[in-house]
Order: sequence, then structure tokens, then C-alpha cells
Amino acid sequence: MSNAPLAAPTVATRPRPRVSRRTLREWTLFGLLAFPNIALILMFVYRPLMTNIYYSTLDWTLGSPTARVIGLANYREFFTGPDAATVLRATGVFTVATVGGSMLLGLLFATVLNRRLVGNTLARATVFAPYVLSGVGVGLVWTFIFDPVTGVLAGLLRAVGLSSPQWFLDPSLSLTMVILVYVWKNLGYCAVIYLAAMQAVPRDLLEAAAMDGAGRVRTFITIVWPLLSPTSFFLLLTTILGSLQAFDLIRIMTPLGNGTTTLMYDSYLQAFGGYNRAGYSAAISTVLFVILLAMTAVQLHLIERRVHYA
Amino acid sequence: MSIDTAGPASGRAIAHQSLSRQVARRRIRIRFDDGGVGRPTLLGTIVGGYVPLLLATLIIALPLGWMVLGSFKTSGEVLSQHVVLLPHAPSFAAYRSASAQIDFGRLFLNSTIVTVVGSATKVVLAITTAYALVFLRFPGKRWIFLGILVALMVPSQVSLLPNYVFIAGLGGVNTYWGIILPGLGTAFGTFLLRQHFMSLPREILEAAEIDGAGHLMRLTRMVIPISTPTIATVALVTIVSEWNDYIWPLIITNDDSRMTLPVGLTLLKNVEGDPSSYPILMAGAIVVIVPVLVVFAFLQRYIVAGLTQGAVK
Repeated sequence: MSNAPLAAPTVATRPRPRVSRRTLREWTLFGLLAFPNIALILMFVYRPLMTNIYYSTLDWTLGSPTARVIGLANYREFFTGPDAATVLRATGVFTVATVGGSMLLGLLFATVLNRRLVGNTLARATVFAPYVLSGVGVGLVWTFIFDPVTGVLAGLLRAVGLSSPQWFLDPSLSLTMVILVYVWKNLGYCAVIYLAAMQAVPRDLLEAAAMDGAGRVRTFITIVWPLLSPTSFFLLLTTILGSLQAFDLIRIMTPLGNGTTTLMYDSYLQAFGGYNRAGYSAAISTVLFVILLAMTAVQLHLIERRVHYA
Repeated sequence: MSIDTAGPASGRAIAHQSLSRQVARRRIRIRFDDGGVGRPTLLGTIVGGYVPLLLATLIIALPLGWMVLGSFKTSGEVLSQHVVLLPHAPSFAAYRSASAQIDFGRLFLNSTIVTVVGSATKVVLAITTAYALVFLRFPGKRWIFLGILVALMVPSQVSLLPNYVFIAGLGGVNTYWGIILPGLGTAFGTFLLRQHFMSLPREILEAAEIDGAGHLMRLTRMVIPISTPTIATVALVTIVSEWNDYIWPLIITNDDSRMTLPVGLTLLKNVEGDPSSYPILMAGAIVVIVPVLVVFAFLQRYIVAGLTQGAVK
């Protein structure tokens, strides 16, 4: 009690430090623990975003010490030149076909896997496996299968008296081939996610439907499919993002991009495929980035909504 | 009464809550049902269940099996116009001649170095960053997390050319650090671990703090040990993606002393345009695919959980 009047003035006269020593120590520790990662992300994710836009305004040969600022000429060249039509068409066809293909087959595989059967754990793992495998390895394997002379597909076609299509020479067949392999590699991802969503469908709903005499197909159309719609939307966005950035399979199966030059592949070819056109490549990257950004914005909006409702 | 309506599932959930609620909830649990349709007949089960299941599995497994068979064939068998199903005299000839044409040991070593160093660093960075974001006070912490979250969505293709120019300028072409460094910042692992750390019971950590355990002690003695499943998930997904990584090592290396396996295979395919190299390339494909396949076979539930993260609430 006698101490109180003495203590009070000391506290009052000493200016309260804005940041206590303890807090300062915590901030330092935060810096030590988090700074390296944050710095790396800033350096190799955010900085390139800006640099890439700057590069896109240059007439610049990769490796050359000099560059000339040419404003939007690269974009003008891309959109008015002969490239845009073929590249955008290839990108569109590839994206629509791979997204549609992996989602539809993913759904089909999920229905097949969603039954209490012996061996379905193994089947589920097998179906998902290609998704984690190297695109280069998978691309090589399928290159042999599709080979018009020695491939097993050609052999099977010969057995029924048909001759193999020229998968690697005809641009539209090349595109078809890469789409097929891409779907094969990615459908397991859609299947596993659809499977999890299907199993979250309340059992009593299904039992009630069965009681009312609804068959499998009817139950699926009227009950399961509507309940899967958030999952379908999620998959739609993620698979579009993935397809737009597809690279490995295209590079290994059709190195020249004959019919398979999507925006992503064109941007690679222009800078690193022998043309060394850095500025032009950056412009194509930027076009692709804007498309991806729009998709991501939709996705962020979706996540926000999910968090609200969760 | 309320417990009855909540059902056994939520009872289990509450029991597990104290450990890793987030992981348990996020890991995709597979429960099989028959779609609620009445008792199936044996024939119905076979035709409607097993046949489609077998077909689905074969569609995926056959090409991979074909690859394995092919790598044991002679080039004569592979090139034959008549499809040879099984190699007549299984041999490692393809593997031998593959390693004669391209230094597979070297490529394998390079891939291993890049994968081990890269993923180890990324996992450590993810753990420390997530810990800082969850358990330490820092002004603007939420914004930092948002920045990391957005980085997760930035497509890597836009950073290729600028990062190439930057790393090449520093002399990083054909070096291990040049391959590893640009990918080290980890948004995925940080995000996953942060979500998990948020779910840890605060009371235990607070009790430890009262007992005088500092942050580093709490991180290494408590947070890390009780988070092993999530850390394993992050580690496995990181390892697989580092091993498979293609476009960046392809751009930043042009000498086979530093190439990773996928890049080396590209080189082999470019050099060997003629089909006689097919068994060799198949052997190469096996060397790049099989390690991941083996890891996946044993630890698939972690990998699936990590890769399907965020898809299912």
C-alpha cells in the first residue's frame, strides 16, 4: 500500500516505449523464420510478373546486350499476324477438349470406383497414379504406343486391316493425340475429387430415392449430379488453369509444336525454341497471364464464397 | 440426445480433434456405398461393377505395363511390325545401351541432388514460415499471408523468361543452384502447414510457454512432432513435383553434366530421332517414372491428400 504512491509516478514519468522489448524480440524471430521464404517469393514470383510486362514492350533478342523499346508492337504483331489465329485456336481446342474429357471421364471413373467391390482400393490408386508421374516419362511411353510403324496401336489397327494414321505428321492428329494422352494422365485427379464428393452425398437421400423406386441413373441425375455442382465448378476452374499451362507432354511428344502450339508452348518456342525472340515471347506470356488472371479471379471469388458458407 | 443425432462420425471427430483435426477433415475419406439401390444380384455386381472397374484399371495400367515390357525387349522385337507382346529373351540390353549413350548415373544423381536439396529446403522454409504466421505477432501478418496465397495462384510460366535472364546473369546456367534457387520459395507448403497449425490446440502451447519453453523449443519439440502427417504430405508432394519438374531445368541447363533426368531424356530423344532407340528411351522413361510410382504405391494417401487439397471441404 505504501509502495503504490511511489510506483505510480515512476510509470507516469517514464515514456512508455512504443514497442516493448518482448514484442521486438518476437518481430525479430518472425523475420528470421519467415523472411527467407517471403524474400524468395518476392524475388522469383512477384518480381518476374512486373519484369515480364516490361520485357513485352521490347524488341529484344535473348542474349543480346541491347534492346529497343517498341511499346505495344509485339502485341500488335501477335494479334494481327498469322500466329494468333492458329495459336488461339490450338489453345482453345486443347483446353476445351482436355477439360471436358478429364471431367467427363473423371466422373465416369468415379461412379465406377464408388462401389463396394474387392480391389477398388488398388483400382483407385491406379487411376490416380498417372497424375503424379513425370510428363516426360508418360509422353515418351505414349510416343511409342502411337508410333505409326512400330507402335502397338498401329499393330492393333493392322490386325483388323486398318492402317495407322500419321499421328506425328498431321497437325490436327498431333493435337488429338496430345489431348488423348493429357486426358489419360489427368482424369484420375478429377475422378478422385468427384469420388470424395459423391461419398459426401447423404446416404438417407439415396435410400429415400431408392425407396421411391428411382433407379441408379435417375438417382444420379436428380440427386447426385446437382449435389456435385460445387465440385464440378471447382474442377472446371482448376483443370482450365492446368490445361492452359500444359507443357511437358507437348514438348516431348511434338517438339516442333506442329498443330500443338498453344499460347504456353508458343511463348516457350519464341524465347527458347531457337528464335530467341524474348520480347515477343514475353508479350505472349502476358496474354496468357491475363487469361489465367481472369480465371483465378473467378476462383478466388469462389473460395471466398465457400469460406463464408463453411 | 444431441449426441445421438450427431452420430458416431462426429463423436470420432471430437475424439481426434485435439491432434490433427485439419488433416483428418481434409484427408479424403473414402466410404463405399452401393448408391442405395437394393440387394444386388451376383451377375449384376459382376456386369455392373467388376467389369467397369476392371476396364477402368486396365485403361490406366496397360500403357504403363507396356512400357515395362518394352524396356526388356530387343530393338528388333520393338521395331517388328508384328506386335510382340512379351519379350522372348528379357534382357537389360536396352538399359545397358541407354547408359552407354547417355550418362544415366549422372542424370539420376543430378535429379536426386536437385530433389533432395530443393525439397528439404522447401519443407524447412514452409514449416518456419507457417509457424511464424500462426504463432508470432507481427504487424501486417494477414497481408503477408494473403501475398503468399496469391503467389500460389500466379502461374509459373510468366516467371520463366525473367527468371532465366536473372539467373543466367548471375552465372547460374548449368549449375545446381541455378536449377534449385528460383523454385525455393514455397507458397503451397506454407499454406498447407499454416492451415494445419491453426488447428492445433492453443492450450498445450500456452502451457509450454508458461513452463518456460521458448518459441524454438515449442516449434521443434511440440509443433513439429504432432504435425508429422501434414509435414509428410507437404514433403511427399514437394519431392514428387521436384523430381518431375521439367520446364525450368530444361531452360537453365544445356550441358548433360547438370541435366536432370527428364531433360536428359529430351536430349536423348532429340539426338536419337530414329526408332531403333525406342527400347533405350523406354528404359529412360522407366528410370524417371518408376521411383515416383514406388513412392506413390506406399504413401499414396498422403500424396492424394496433398494434391487434392482445397477441393473438398
